[in-house]
Amino acid sequence: MYDLANPQRFDAFARTMTPIVAAGGALLLIAGLYFSLVNSPADYQQGDSVRIMYVHVPAAWMAMICYSSMAVASAVGFIWKHPLADVAAKSTAPIGAAFTFLALVTGSLWGKPMWGTWWAWDARLTSVLILFFMYLGYIALWNAIDDKTRAARIAAIACLVGFINIPIIKFSVDGWNSLHQPASVFRKGGPSIDGSMLTPLFLMGLAYTLIYAALLLVAMRSELAERRIARLQQTARGPSKVTIE
Amino acid sequence: MSKLAAILMRDLRLALRAGGGAGNTVVFFALTIVIFALAVGPDRAALSANAAAILWTAATLAAMLSFDRIFQADFEDGSLDTLLETTEPVSLVALTKAAAHWLTTLAPLILTAPILGLLLGLPETAYGPLVLSLLVGTPALSLLGAFASALALSLRRASLLMTILTAPLLTPALIFGVGAAKAGASGDPLCQPAMMILAAVSLSSCVVLPLATAAAIRFNTE
Repeated sequence: MYDLANPQRFDAFARTMTPIVAAGGALLLIAGLYFSLVNSPADYQQGDSVRIMYVHVPAAWMAMICYSSMAVASAVGFIWKHPLADVAAKSTAPIGAAFTFLALVTGSLWGKPMWGTWWAWDARLTSVLILFFMYLGYIALWNAIDDKTRAARIAAIACLVGFINIPIIKFSVDGWNSLHQPASVFRKGGPSIDGSMLTPLFLMGLAYTLIYAALLLVAMRSELAERRIARLQQTARGPSKVTIE
Repeated sequence: MSKLAAILMRDLRLALRAGGGAGNTVVFFALTIVIFALAVGPDRAALSANAAAILWTAATLAAMLSFDRIFQADFEDGSLDTLLETTEPVSLVALTKAAAHWLTTLAPLILTAPILGLLLGLPETAYGPLVLSLLVGTPALSLLGAFASALALSLRRASLLMTILTAPLLTPALIFGVGAAKAGASGDPLCQPAMMILAAVSLSSCVVLPLATAAAIRFNTE
């Protein structure tokens, strides 16, 4: 496992793993879509629009999973100053933001038939929206600092402080929601989820996770390649600005 | 301790002297209220019902605009390096800078809030709770501002980025600040439970954020 910490070994590992993980993700996605669109019952209240759940709920899971992995990678990069962890944290951010956006859009599409409106200031939707802005802030911070090492440290601090705050934000949005509107109107789903609905839900969740892993490997490889190019260009530009790494 | 007091006094003096710009935030705060009123229209009932929320919003926006000045000026003229030379822990220096920001920028807002409340037709019972909620909640904003300012030290045009970074994190203070003001206005003299949670938000920010601020300063100045 320690071997992977070497960027070159990681590159070789990622190159062989990417197609395997991507194929696994694609297979699970096909199976998951088959179960969620064809081989699962329609809801007795929501009809066929309950099928949005199979796209929406795993996306919301991934929104949190990606931010958590970003926080773990940031902590590893911050404590052990490991560049590969920094690259992992940076590469996770756009993928996590995309999943969060997917959760928001599908939530909105689900809200239209269920609640009769594209957007409701539902506690969960609102905290996912705030999470989306946290992703954007994190990405903007990375882009704003030229020096990669410094950007990694600064972004890691921002990510970790954000991570500590997520439960507090969630708690406050829940409190805010109950202050403003009765929660009963915006309760989703039935009393409990039937087993026939859990199968596609977990298949889709696994598929999303593998897709995330495959995209992460590709993004990390391209980030490492980009850094190598930048280093080579700097070397080629002249000896005055050479930095040895 | 006296070193931290010296840092605090220095910031207060700088803010009070000509060119310190201490009054600008108050003017911005008042203008935001005017803009809100112009946008909503002269409907007194609508303004009055939302007065606490509008005042908190305006105070938050005014605070966010002032964040980039917390460490930026000291960083540019090099005095930040001197501040870091003290034997005090950097986190305590950060806490002092946040306290100075609160005293010079947010305390004046809290003093003007009741006057602007008058313009918005804030209900009579709501003045005390509003001021109390601002007193308890705004320290969290200053601490968050010091943190964001430290993160953005090495950036040139940071103010927009800082609002993006801080806005999600200040939602708890905003939500429970307005919640406490409303709970107080509707008859609970202690503004429970929002006031307790608001105090918890401010106190926990006091513990966590100076440490994070110190780390960010260290990485941005090394």
